[in-house]
Amino acid sequence: MSAVSISEPRRHRRLPLSAWVGLTIAGLWACVALLAPYAAPHDPGKILDQGPFALSSSTALLGTDYLGRDVLSRVIFGARFTFGLALLAALAASATGAALGIAAAVGRRWFDGIMSRTADGFISIPHLTFALIMVAAFGSSLPVLLALLATSYIPGAYRIARASAINVNATDFVQIARARGEGTFYLVFREILPNIVAPIVTDFGLRFIFAILLMSSLSFLGLGVQPPDADWGALTRENIEGIYTASLSVIVPAAAIGTLTISINMAIDGFFAPAASEVV
Amino acid sequence: MLKLLLKRALAAMLTLVAISAGIFVAIMLLPGDAADIVLGQASSEEARAALQATMHLDEPAPLRYMHWLAGALHGDLGTSLISNIKVANLIGSRLTNTLLLAGLTTAVAVPLAIALGITAAVWRNSIYDRAMMMLAVASVSVPEFLVATLAVIGFAVELRWFPALSKADASSPASMLSNFTLPVATLALGVIAQLTRMTRTSLIAVLDLDFIEMARLKGLRQSRIVLHHALPNAAGPIANAAALSLSALLGGVIIVEVVFDYPGLAKLMVDAVATRDMPLIQACAMVFCAGYMALGLIADLFSILTNPRLAHS
Repeated sequence: MSAVSISEPRRHRRLPLSAWVGLTIAGLWACVALLAPYAAPHDPGKILDQGPFALSSSTALLGTDYLGRDVLSRVIFGARFTFGLALLAALAASATGAALGIAAAVGRRWFDGIMSRTADGFISIPHLTFALIMVAAFGSSLPVLLALLATSYIPGAYRIARASAINVNATDFVQIARARGEGTFYLVFREILPNIVAPIVTDFGLRFIFAILLMSSLSFLGLGVQPPDADWGALTRENIEGIYTASLSVIVPAAAIGTLTISINMAIDGFFAPAASEVV
Repeated sequence: MLKLLLKRALAAMLTLVAISAGIFVAIMLLPGDAADIVLGQASSEEARAALQATMHLDEPAPLRYMHWLAGALHGDLGTSLISNIKVANLIGSRLTNTLLLAGLTTAVAVPLAIALGITAAVWRNSIYDRAMMMLAVASVSVPEFLVATLAVIGFAVELRWFPALSKADASSPASMLSNFTLPVATLALGVIAQLTRMTRTSLIAVLDLDFIEMARLKGLRQSRIVLHHALPNAAGPIANAAALSLSALLGGVIIVEVVFDYPGLAKLMVDAVATRDMPLIQACAMVFCAGYMALGLIADLFSILTNPRLAHS
């Protein structure tokens, strides 16, 4: 399933509409996360006069949560955790995975052996199970969350990068460059890396989605972001009693996750049309 | 062929042992030890020492790990720190419940997904196909708890067709329907979304081959071409994909059991994480990893069985 190909030459290509829609929605959420203090009508921790689980009104557009705080403001600030933390984790995973993968492809045999066996071992642990073990062992704090999300996705990113780099490493132009006497540094940065950017970026997009889903699930179980802070998963959980009366406070944060992940998926599919979404 | 399978199985066993050692190290890194967790902060030195001795905590770590491993091989997974009950006893009935949930989901999801995947491949690029694929992308992009929560809001709160909480009661068809419909549907959605896409891809790969073109030129009916010519050749990849997409269950079941308060193994593990009951967490994690790897092995088995090149190597 790991469709590995050398990047196509850069051509002027029109992005499909779905990719634009995806990019726009993801971009909007990024702006919301960045500008949260300006975008939010209330302080996310402030308890309003309406009381808990109040319905939508002019002061609280989406109603209030289980303590009487503004749901809209909390969703806006939650974007910082969901978007920010998952993005950092995916960046760390992709960068580390790519570096190790390329090193394994061009480096010594024993290094490749050790790295690949370790990756195989890590991949045999279901992500949520791994996350539960880590939270049980180290408690739940933002650094632990970041570290566990990143480590969860390094082995997958490593495999993609290694497979792509091995393919490129075997091509004639790399062999010629090697015969010319170019050093490893040149080979990696001028010959291999530019040609495996597409699979790595596609993979990064998918890791980003997975990280969002994993972190939200963990927070939903009460084991992720801890109060008073809340990401969208935690917001869904803390208001779950309001499901009968103020269902907006549950649906909106959960739906926010859906819009973000689907929009990223649409953007990736548009950029790297074939096989991009088949990587596990 | 047997050799290849044995090799894979052996590798899986070794990985499992490596994972158990990894979990063990993670637990060792904990500040304080199990005796602290059991006794709490205010405990006398003697009580601590006595408990440490009975729990073998005074032994060096590698020896303790060997103890645990030897016990695990005999089915003794240690004792829960919180409830002081044998872990094996705690897990037993919970595992049955989770397997029941997973089994029902498989029975619903796999045939449905394969049917959807085949029809999507046959009517490739039709509106039906595109709608199916968009739904599939949407379903895998959305967290399971959103699906579960929406299912509760829609079918338990608004329509009142099913209870919001599920008991592991499959004694009569009626109680089975009321207890399992929502959790199974939630779990099945993720599996169906993945498997439909993979089935479609596998079948399309075969439908593009020359012998299908030949069959078409001979004037065979479409249904015969698909069912008798294409499908047998795509069966291997599809079976492989089915085993792989079922591994999505291992994450989904954790969320679903918590949302529906279902007394399964995953709920047990989440509760154990909240109380930091390490022996219990370790045992549950091992069961999940073993299940995950078993599905991987089954997927391998299908590809080996249906690929003569692998089968005769």
